[in-house]
Amino acid sequence: MKWISLIPVVGVGVLLLFAAQDFPEWGDPQSPASQSPVASHFINNTGVDTEVPNMVTAVLADYRGFDTMFETVVVFIAGIAVLAILKGSGGRRRGTRRAYEVEAEPDIIVTHTVRLMVPVIQIFAFYVLAHGHVSPGGGFQGGVVMGASFILVALAWDLDHALVRMSLPRCMAIAAAGIIIYAGIGFLSMFLGGEFLDYAELEKVLPVSREMARYHAMLGVEIGVGFTVTSIMFALYANLSTEGRLKGGL
Amino acid sequence: MFEDGAIINELLIERLNYIIYVVLLLIGLHAMISKQNLIKKLIGMSIFQTAIILFYVSIAVKDNATIPIYKTEHDPHGDAAKAAVLDLNRSGEETKAFYAPVMLKPEETQQYSNPLPHVLMLTAIVVGVATLGLALALCLRIQQGYGTVEEDELLVKIERSDARYSQSPLAKAKNRRRTQSRNTRKPRTSVKSTKSIGKSAKPLESRDSTKTKKTTSKSNLSQPKKKPASTSRKPRSSSSKVEGSKPTTPKAPAKKASEKTRAPKKKGAE
Repeated sequence: MKWISLIPVVGVGVLLLFAAQDFPEWGDPQSPASQSPVASHFINNTGVDTEVPNMVTAVLADYRGFDTMFETVVVFIAGIAVLAILKGSGGRRRGTRRAYEVEAEPDIIVTHTVRLMVPVIQIFAFYVLAHGHVSPGGGFQGGVVMGASFILVALAWDLDHALVRMSLPRCMAIAAAGIIIYAGIGFLSMFLGGEFLDYAELEKVLPVSREMARYHAMLGVEIGVGFTVTSIMFALYANLSTEGRLKGGL
Repeated sequence: MFEDGAIINELLIERLNYIIYVVLLLIGLHAMISKQNLIKKLIGMSIFQTAIILFYVSIAVKDNATIPIYKTEHDPHGDAAKAAVLDLNRSGEETKAFYAPVMLKPEETQQYSNPLPHVLMLTAIVVGVATLGLALALCLRIQQGYGTVEEDELLVKIERSDARYSQSPLAKAKNRRRTQSRNTRKPRTSVKSTKSIGKSAKPLESRDSTKTKKTTSKSNLSQPKKKPASTSRKPRSSSSKVEGSKPTTPKAPAKKASEKTRAPKKKGAE
């Protein structure tokens, strides 16, 4: 009876293609997405307000800072939920190994390559995070690259090797610290007389102008996001690859 | 058909991005609706998500415009600003005014594409990863609990386990009331299903012992629970034997022993 599902699918497809005729053409400078006052406001004011060359970062961390904060909270909650779902379910582990599980030494070529690559990857992650103001990048991207480096360690050796460096309680502490950094910057700017996440008020504690205070507060916020994303990415991998047992794994 | 302004011409040449996004979206939608495997449904969801991301990013494309990062001449901290400052230093004038970036002119605004779709999709990707991880965890848990991620098999198993353990106290009370009323009317019901075993056991008890209500209800509860469990466990254990599981009791010691034997091995390997 699978063909029945084709009826709504084809219906939706015809509707969407019919609607696509009214959409703007590819790269049309007069399209609503390019001509909206919001777009020109962001393009005009980002440099004046925040002195951040990368408008995406400025919109993400400053103009839409509230949204991004709860975005980070969503990532954090997803990590906690995965932990809660899979925690303790590893009790179903039997004594016998499954067919796909083999006791194998880590491959010497792989481990040596990874040993060389991981520091580079982590430095690149810091670069992506810190350079997100002037080039493509930011907290989410840097955090994912950083988390990938830990996952690479877990893949090349085994999960225990990675857990020694980044145990799960530490993961959760770092993730929570990231959100605390983000919210802390928001509350700090509130206590200094502005609104929540109104970074410009941080000029009272930073020796810079109002614009540069926003610039630097954005960096702090991105670092918080990077903390959370790094640890949650690794926690997701560690839990999903071992069904919550945190032992063995891939 | 292919003259100027025809639908196909328009769609294929000027609006190809919409066709790709519609096709991707339909693939994802079809997978989500028709596939029985939960993992395949998740793959469909991811493809659907990709289609939406492609849609947003493609409508943000602007001819003769660059990515939403200031070019060097507009960069508040770029080479152009620095050069201006250096020039002024040489001439000995006030330098501070040039640190502040100036508002772009309208024709300069046209050189940049809209940053907002990129921001929205950045957050959408991150949330997509988080939800995908959560969904995979749920699938893992379902697989552990029921031994399958196929939807049709899953529904059968859930129905069976629901019949075995009537969980909610409300449903339990309802069942009891129904069985009582039926038993007062017809004491001897034919034994057919696992449910009716428990029901038929009840009137015997109540006739034998004219005790207080509490004890009868207790025995009622305990007996129907035990009997169906012992009878209906058979199909489950036989089906789960395929996956290599054993009954619950020998599990714990075997697991402990395996852990003990495994622990020194790992230390040696390290």
